Amino acid sequence: MVVFDKPHALTDVPFHYCPGCTHGIVHRLVAEVIDELGCEGNTVGIAPVGCSVFAYNYFNCDMIEAPHGRAPAVATGVKRALPDNVVFTYQGDGDLAAIGTAETVHAAARGENITIIFINNAIYGMTGGQMAPTTLPGQVSTTSPYGRDVKIQGNPIRICEMLSTLSGTAYAERVAVDCVKNIKNAKKAIRKGFDAQIAKKGFSIIEVLSTCPTNWGKTPEQALEWLRTDMMAYYPLGVYKDKTQEEQ
Amino acid sequence: MKGNEVIAEAAIKAGCRHYFGYPITPQTEISETLAKRMPKVGGLCMQAESEIAAINMVLGAASAGKRVLTSSSSPGLSLKSEGVSYIVGSDVPCVIVNVQRGGPGLGGIQPSQSDYYQATRAMGHGDMHIIVLAPASIQEIADLTMEAFDLADIYRTPVMILADGALGQMMEPVDFEARQGREIPEKTWTACGHKNARPHNIVNSLYIEPEALEKNVLSRFERYKKIEENEVKYESYLTEDADIVVVAFGIAARISKTAVTRARAAGIKAGLFRPVTVWPFPSKQLLSLSDTAKAFLSVELNMGQMVNDVKLAVECRRPVEFYGRTGGMIPTVDEVYDKIISMSKSL
Repeated sequence: MVVFDKPHALTDVPFHYCPGCTHGIVHRLVAEVIDELGCEGNTVGIAPVGCSVFAYNYFNCDMIEAPHGRAPAVATGVKRALPDNVVFTYQGDGDLAAIGTAETVHAAARGENITIIFINNAIYGMTGGQMAPTTLPGQVSTTSPYGRDVKIQGNPIRICEMLSTLSGTAYAERVAVDCVKNIKNAKKAIRKGFDAQIAKKGFSIIEVLSTCPTNWGKTPEQALEWLRTDMMAYYPLGVYKDKTQEEQ
Repeated sequence: MKGNEVIAEAAIKAGCRHYFGYPITPQTEISETLAKRMPKVGGLCMQAESEIAAINMVLGAASAGKRVLTSSSSPGLSLKSEGVSYIVGSDVPCVIVNVQRGGPGLGGIQPSQSDYYQATRAMGHGDMHIIVLAPASIQEIADLTMEAFDLADIYRTPVMILADGALGQMMEPVDFEARQGREIPEKTWTACGHKNARPHNIVNSLYIEPEALEKNVLSRFERYKKIEENEVKYESYLTEDADIVVVAFGIAARISKTAVTRARAAGIKAGLFRPVTVWPFPSKQLLSLSDTAKAFLSVELNMGQMVNDVKLAVECRRPVEFYGRTGGMIPTVDEVYDKIISMSKSL
């Protein structure tokens, strides 16, 4: 009798992620939600440019590879073409919070019925560890080798807080995947985002505080600890917007 | 009907129900017309936040299997360039309209043809082509816009309508019913939800292994060969015995035709060769004209772009000269006629 298996919504292709990378956890959570909703046949996922660029090989639903940052616009095109399909994007810091900020803000402003999974690991992973709009003050990266200097580079952007000011945003929650309790909560949040979309409540985003041990120069355990001590202090977990119980 | 409005109407006639665009002079009437018409036919006309967002919405809706249109003018096409390259690399069909204005930069809002190179050489990074159709009348705008959707679906490629601000604003009679649609293959590749009935489709342009990427590009170029063999369109006017063949597209061809007629009346054997597809370029036809013609004159609203394709096509067997105006200035019939006369004197 099978008590634990790979979700059907994940393919058999082995992940390429680094040891200790939390992408693997989040991919699994998204796939489990898709399985529980039984919507794999009706789902279209949009992959980003970043470490998770190969997400189109890992998820079993139809997938589209978007240009860097443009996933919310591509998702808008899909959802407007096929309003009864479930459309999600999976994006990192550079994709969503740098090059793609306009597409993110306007998809939220329009209240597009899509669900965005935002992986916030405070750095650019794929290109080798450069500063991201979410990199913390004083945090070292290859393009902030002396630590992020807010006088030159400004302060990091809090995406959930920013998007919650838009009336088109139906649901915005920040979660983390650093421990079992938070992982379970993250899955609930992702499920809530998909539910909100299916109930046509509007735009949903789940910001997932994640680790990048390789580019942070830490062991996986040190990375999880830094997420708890430093990232959560700047990016508090919680629900920033929830209109999902309101009538239309 | 006005050219811009005809583009909108022809798209609807061709079954397009999704438009994404952003206002920019001189083509905003396309989206304003569709804003009124689309809701009436159950379609969507969406004003995106930028031309970048619009072309990416096109990628999404077209990947989902729909016939999709976007339109812009010169600076907006520069913004779309990344998206177009991704659409090409993902083999996704769509129709893109460029109602050209003066450039470079913010430029001007008057007509020009100075995006010819961009359209035929550099609409996106990488080894790629898109089909580029250059109408020269309002009826042709209607016919080519409808044809563009068929070509896009048959060959899984973006197709551009390369118009200009004059054609966009001109008014002429138009008949939408005359054209026969073409047979379109079934779209089995789309990202529309696999319904548990097939393996998942992936619409993608990333091929990280060089061998795989080369193979992918080569197979796309096999399709380009078919397009070059089957889809070249052009119009000839008095070229069979012409000594001087004027080569022009779009609004420049309208002006040149009158100049050619006037030259004939003055005893000069002039003719007009009008490419309708500027990609694929009618190279074969121009090469065979170089057997009988003594010289070519490319007339354009730019600093000399198509002229180089003419030189390549005739393999520099004959002198190829250029006359043009740019910045939004339109050559007059007199200017083109004078150039033909001066060329005839040195033949």
